[in-house]
Amino acid sequence: MFTHYDWNAITANLAFLWDGMVLSLGLAALAIAGGMVGGMLMALLRLSSFKPFAIFAYLYVNLFRAVPLILVIFWFYFLVPVALGRPVGPFYSALIAFVLFETAYYCEIIRAGIQGIPRGQMAAALATGLSRWQAMRHIILPQALRNMTPVLVTQCVVLFQDTSLVYVVTLRDFMTSASIVASRDFKLVELYTFAALVYLVICLAGSSLARYLQHRTAMR
Amino acid sequence: MSYNWNWGVLVSEPYLGWLISGTQWTLAIACLAWIMAFTLGSLIGIARTTPIGPLRWLGTAYVELFRNIPLLVQMFLWFFVFPEVLPRDWGRWVKRDLPMPEFTTAVLCLGFYTASRVAEQVRSGLNAVPKGLLAAGQAGGLTLPQIYRYILLPLGFRIIVPSLTSDFLAVFKNSSLALTIGVMELTAQSRQIENYTFQGFEAFTAATVIYCVITAIVVVIMTRVEARLRVPGLLGRQQGAL
Repeated sequence: MFTHYDWNAITANLAFLWDGMVLSLGLAALAIAGGMVGGMLMALLRLSSFKPFAIFAYLYVNLFRAVPLILVIFWFYFLVPVALGRPVGPFYSALIAFVLFETAYYCEIIRAGIQGIPRGQMAAALATGLSRWQAMRHIILPQALRNMTPVLVTQCVVLFQDTSLVYVVTLRDFMTSASIVASRDFKLVELYTFAALVYLVICLAGSSLARYLQHRTAMR
Repeated sequence: MSYNWNWGVLVSEPYLGWLISGTQWTLAIACLAWIMAFTLGSLIGIARTTPIGPLRWLGTAYVELFRNIPLLVQMFLWFFVFPEVLPRDWGRWVKRDLPMPEFTTAVLCLGFYTASRVAEQVRSGLNAVPKGLLAAGQAGGLTLPQIYRYILLPLGFRIIVPSLTSDFLAVFKNSSLALTIGVMELTAQSRQIENYTFQGFEAFTAATVIYCVITAIVVVIMTRVEARLRVPGLLGRQQGAL
């Protein structure tokens, strides 16, 4: 079925595609790191007993979860240069968009994890004389993070898939590189099939890891 | 920060018309894709819980395939690759005679993709029905189809209403990917207004507000549906329906 297709278009452009993959992975790694730190802070704000913090975090999370990622990417592609008064290129504006967007999603995962810890744990920690912050840091968060690891890994896989959306601001990630080669050499079938297979292999590996962690957590 | 504010641009023609038309396309894609995803996803979800091996395997393969390829890549596969790998005559029909090719492709692509998410919810809902009920059904002499029809499906679907709400909301957001194959839905229209007028702040604010309104309407409706359909004494309200 695929015999009359020209798969050399892929091997001839492997270096170019690899550069795109490096950008995809780099963007995903930075967005995961930023999103997790931001999500952790946002979750603590969301659960804060100081109402203005909790309300701010509630509005932030629900605003970002109501709009499509593409719109957020457009927003910051437009906003960052206006705010800074100079062009910064698509990479940094896309990175800012991803970190702020993912913060909302990681926040909800981490919040659910923290709320999944029995109330008695907090009560016991406070009773032994720990401060609220110490209790969070030494008792609640370690348990919560271990329980939510599978969901966090799944979110990382989703985020990696979403990095392909930087296509809309023509940042040269793996997907954009594939589409550049596809339309330049007119090899749409070959390049897009190849891109799909590469994403499938990477994301299947990530999903399997999440499932493995899920089983391990469930057994404990 | 130097920026010339002009909110009036949003209510002047043709830009107001663009926003309205974009909203209509977004709603049309999302609703049609959801109908398709709900039907197909339910069937696949049910297939994954049956005791029939090959059906379960097919369901799992479908879900893994569609969840582990980025939606953008799937969009391009349906739009650029699918007509090429079809038998020649069919491919020509898809390329030449398919009505509204971009829109139709976007709906199909989003429908197939969302079906994999719905299937996962349906499966978890059916698995969440207490096992005692199943055993009771079998002891009462019900056949497998009867157990599904009278016990598993009515309870399973009511359990997953909150999670289905979040998938339904995701369809509206994911419909923005239709712009990559040329459908002028809401996000695309706001980008176009920015390109034409340089009033990006106003254009993107308008799109953001419209998406928030759609989300709010869906949440209000679904909260009522959830309240009506909740299974008494079985499960509390799940957190994070958004």
